[in-house]
Amino acid sequence: MSARLLRARMGDWTLGTAAALATLLLLVALLLILGDVGVHGAPRLSWAFLSQAPREGMMEGGILPAIVGTAMLVVLMTAASVPVGVATAIYLHEYAAPDSRWARLVRLGVQNLAGVPSIVFGLFGLGFFVQFLGTGMDTLFHDGKLVWGQPGLLWGALTLATLTLPTTIVATEEALRAIPPAQREAAYALGSSRFEVVTRLLLPQAMPGILTGAILAVSRGAGEVAPILFTGAAYFLPKLPHDLHSQFMHLGYHVYVMSTQSADVDASAPILYATVAVLLGLTFALNLAAVLLRARMRRA
Amino acid sequence: MPDTASESATIEARPPSGLGFAFSPRRQLPATPHVRSLPTRTPPRWHRPVEWVVRGMAAAAILAIILIFAFLVRSALPLWTSSEARKEVTQTQMWFAQTWPGYDAAEHVWQPVSDTPKYGIWPLLTGTLKVSLMAMLLAGPLGVLAAIYVACYARPKVREVVKPAIELLAGIPSVVLGFFALIVLATWMQTLLGVESRLNGIVAGVALALAVVPVVFTLSEEALRAVPQGYVEASQALGAAKWQTIWHVMLPTAAPGIATAMALGLGRAVGETMIVLMASGNAAILSWNPADSVRTLSATIAAELGEVVSGSPHYAVLFYLGLVLFAFTFAINAVAAHWIERQKDRVAGRA
Amino acid sequence: MKLKHLAMLLFTVTVGLTARTAHAGGTVTVKGSDTMVILGQRWAEEFMKAHPDTTIQVTGGGSGTGISALINGTTEICQASRPMKPAEREQIKAKYASDVIEIPVAMDGLSVYLHASNKISELTMAQLKGIFTGKITDWQEVGGAPGKITVYSRENSSGTYVFFKEHVLEGADYTPRAQSLPGTAAVVNAVARDKSGIGYGGEAYAKGIKIPKVKKDAASPGIAPSLATVQSGTYPLARNLFFYTRTKPAGDIKTFVDWVLGPAGQAMAQKVGYFPVH
Repeated sequence: MSARLLRARMGDWTLGTAAALATLLLLVALLLILGDVGVHGAPRLSWAFLSQAPREGMMEGGILPAIVGTAMLVVLMTAASVPVGVATAIYLHEYAAPDSRWARLVRLGVQNLAGVPSIVFGLFGLGFFVQFLGTGMDTLFHDGKLVWGQPGLLWGALTLATLTLPTTIVATEEALRAIPPAQREAAYALGSSRFEVVTRLLLPQAMPGILTGAILAVSRGAGEVAPILFTGAAYFLPKLPHDLHSQFMHLGYHVYVMSTQSADVDASAPILYATVAVLLGLTFALNLAAVLLRARMRRA
Repeated sequence: MPDTASESATIEARPPSGLGFAFSPRRQLPATPHVRSLPTRTPPRWHRPVEWVVRGMAAAAILAIILIFAFLVRSALPLWTSSEARKEVTQTQMWFAQTWPGYDAAEHVWQPVSDTPKYGIWPLLTGTLKVSLMAMLLAGPLGVLAAIYVACYARPKVREVVKPAIELLAGIPSVVLGFFALIVLATWMQTLLGVESRLNGIVAGVALALAVVPVVFTLSEEALRAVPQGYVEASQALGAAKWQTIWHVMLPTAAPGIATAMALGLGRAVGETMIVLMASGNAAILSWNPADSVRTLSATIAAELGEVVSGSPHYAVLFYLGLVLFAFTFAINAVAAHWIERQKDRVAGRA
Repeated sequence: MKLKHLAMLLFTVTVGLTARTAHAGGTVTVKGSDTMVILGQRWAEEFMKAHPDTTIQVTGGGSGTGISALINGTTEICQASRPMKPAEREQIKAKYASDVIEIPVAMDGLSVYLHASNKISELTMAQLKGIFTGKITDWQEVGGAPGKITVYSRENSSGTYVFFKEHVLEGADYTPRAQSLPGTAAVVNAVARDKSGIGYGGEAYAKGIKIPKVKKDAASPGIAPSLATVQSGTYPLARNLFFYTRTKPAGDIKTFVDWVLGPAGQAMAQKVGYFPVH
């Protein structure tokens, strides 16, 4: 074997092995987390756990209020974020000239928004939604009585909507990009207006893409804790949130408080693990759905 | 922020349409009803205002950025304007060592709840940098190597499993990673390394690396795959071994994309809150020892903001920390955007 | 189209859930001390069994959180594990033109936590001050086995943090090496797993760790927290736990406060691990 060939073989072996090992390590880490949570969390999981409120200082009972709170939060968040995200993507892709100054600025805004740390969104939510909008609304409509000027469901949802806006924009744009221009041209040639092209031709086709974006956004909304720390999450509420301005319990926040502030960490460990299992199961299911949906979209 | 950050860059890192495949029709024309029902009359009047609404909504992202900045500044403003706040804390006291009453020498101290509140920002800054760099030292090589494996070595069948699996890591909420670090990882590390404090910079750094890896991996893999096939074939035709092609052709071509991946990964590490809040021990120590406990900017905001009376100097300082974080990630984004342009030029053969 | 139906369903459910504004009885918000959050929650649970029309919602975050919420008007009752500071009282007075109402609702023996294997069984207040300010860094200096001391403290939003700082550290700063943990349980958890650890917190939380006796000074006897020593005040770290309200309790708030101070409420306090006020 020539020296050159040997060198090539050695190099290939080294790089190949290192790359494979790195990949393996990451997969092992993933499996370790899943395994640990699965093994410790599964025994406590039951219908009762999912359908009861916590009792006895969180040492007993279930996590129903946290599930319901999370669900309401992400539904509100989606309702706020998806229309705006879709409109932005449509504007960027269908209305604006590709290199217009305004479009570039919007893109820059989206990119930067995606990079803002989640805790800064929490600060923003508290400063803008709760203290500025909320207090302002109270002064205007409630004679200064405290209704909106405190952390609550709506403010938490709007904070998360701002955080997930880039997700929906990017996913929608990707879907729009996949639609062949020939279709648009054909539609325009038949005399349809841009609005009609968008609503009847592009949006129906982009639907799976938009859905993917929404699912990813929901998955983040269910797991992000930092933005809702100061905008609405509560440690314990005996009743489900009944109003847009009531506080709520949240799966992610529940995991945080249970692992740091429960009365007895060892005794509450089974419940804690089961809560983590539910949260992980939820976000994984959502992510998996998004991955599959996207794969189907690309194949189509 | 795994999904959004990675995806926005994903798209940017794609080769420009000039390469010819971006516009190839990917699907059949849809069933004709869509097209057939398109009327030929002039569109109704109400389309116009609706279109303006669409244009208006497109400004939301910019508006959000501006509002975030404006309201961070608004709440931090007393630090500059209020004489009462300035009695308790000044910029000088935050950035320079002070000889506090009861202390022997000038020191950077973060003790906001005290008879003389002390807001030395350096312990928090070094803490943030310390865990972030540690996370990058782990996540950078791991992410890039895994990307090389998936982009260059893995068979298609393997790739189809491995890639989504690593991307699933991005789907783990950070509070779960924090929980895992706090309950499981910390104990392992303590047995393994025998360090003094159970919760420390290393534990937080490792957990943080798990959060950052998917970002680095996804973007690096995209960048590697965007290297034009022609480059690879040319290299092979010249008799280069596979590793030589990867090392001397693909990696340099993808370098700006990989650099972007690192920058965005770093941005995520710096801003990540729950992991460090739960796993780092949160002691504001000014040291470069990774085995010491660490208090980061983000965790400080999360831990203390709930307590402070709104409008108080402490409250303003926490928003000021938010501004520092915001500025930092903004700078990282600017750098990343610059590199993305370079990447585009490179794969298009313009540089 | 299926999607549309799903969207409509979700929308209807949300609107349905969120629009049910009218519900019987009032809501009382209780916010504050993490030390007391378990207690508050158990009180709420029991109280609501007897008064199903009233909703008591309890949130933690720390005494500081509760006090600032009381000042900002976002809570009706503030639970605090430390007395309010004069400056805080004044803020209430300035904002609401009334003196804040202080109601002691339970007593606590603030305990020092050690790892179960730690040989030390007594510590003086001066030694505690030395350890927590960072002047004493080795167990040998206080009569233990040689080894570095790891100090666990609470986040500065906690009333326990402030109480300990004032009564043990006499106002001095904690050592910067003290790890700040977000809850008492986290401190217990950390000390239970760390042979060199020392922490502090409510006696109610102590499980799987050792609680040393506390001596006022080197000459006085070591005292363990118990019903008698806490109520009589001979335990050096006995403290009151408080409810604060902006105005004299009335309506639902009064019913709740009275119930808490009554036999059922006080019995519950003892069950959770605190001591009754009387």
